[in-house]
Amino acid sequence: MIRINCPICGLRSETEFTYGEDASVTRPAMDESAAQPWLDYVFNRDNPRGWHREYWHHAQGCRQWLVLERNTLTHEIGTCRLAREDAA
Amino acid sequence: MSEPVSPLMNARYEGLVTIEEIGPMGMITLRGDLAATDLRRAATAPTGVEMPQMREASTADGKGILWMSPDEVLVLCAYADVPGTVQSMTDALVGTHALVANVSDARAVFRLTGANVREVLAKLSPADLSPEGLPLGEVKRTRMAQVPAAFWLESEEEATVICFRSVADYVMGLLKTAAHPASAVGFF
Repeated sequence: MIRINCPICGLRSETEFTYGEDASVTRPAMDESAAQPWLDYVFNRDNPRGWHREYWHHAQGCRQWLVLERNTLTHEIGTCRLAREDAA
Repeated sequence: MSEPVSPLMNARYEGLVTIEEIGPMGMITLRGDLAATDLRRAATAPTGVEMPQMREASTADGKGILWMSPDEVLVLCAYADVPGTVQSMTDALVGTHALVANVSDARAVFRLTGANVREVLAKLSPADLSPEGLPLGEVKRTRMAQVPAAFWLESEEEATVICFRSVADYVMGLLKTAAHPASAVGFF
């Protein structure tokens, strides 16, 4: 069972969390007029083998959005931070 | 006025622990900036308890404040006091960005008493129920089997569980199964 170290609640089972999305994508500038950056942002995702940054929601706990490092190969969990702090 | 009725008519079960559905209980959700003076005063004035820190349950004499998330607490009081308390809290928060909502009828409350409360809850929740994982005075917002639930321990032999009213019967069933007299594990 994967366990996630929520910065608010402490170590909890993955079953309390919901996967959000890839946290490594960044939105193009709002005045970006080329199609390709928007196409990449909306549709195209890498499928990395190894460490990956992801948004997770502690849906059945403190209900905070988190940025989590997860190893897609081993399911090892790395750092976990509040998304609002990560964005700052 | 119609009589308030708790979801399971105060059902009771005796096994490894005694389970009692103890509603109706007054529960008021308060959301906003928990560090704001107005909000802290709105929560502490009607309950007479300290504002809880992160993950804490601050309770005394059937009243209390439960820390639910970085922007949410649950204020506990007597069911009959809810309308007045909601009004006084709302008045205290004029001009402050906050939410006061009476959720008393949306929830069910269970009291577990007996030596095995940690074990009974640990069978149902993925949360750490050891004395280190859930110290007295801390509230866990987690799930029990398939549904969200929150619980805290008043002592090593008394726990309170809150869940949604719509799943009260399901949670009672879970608790009865976990507290079956022949199901003792003796882990804690």
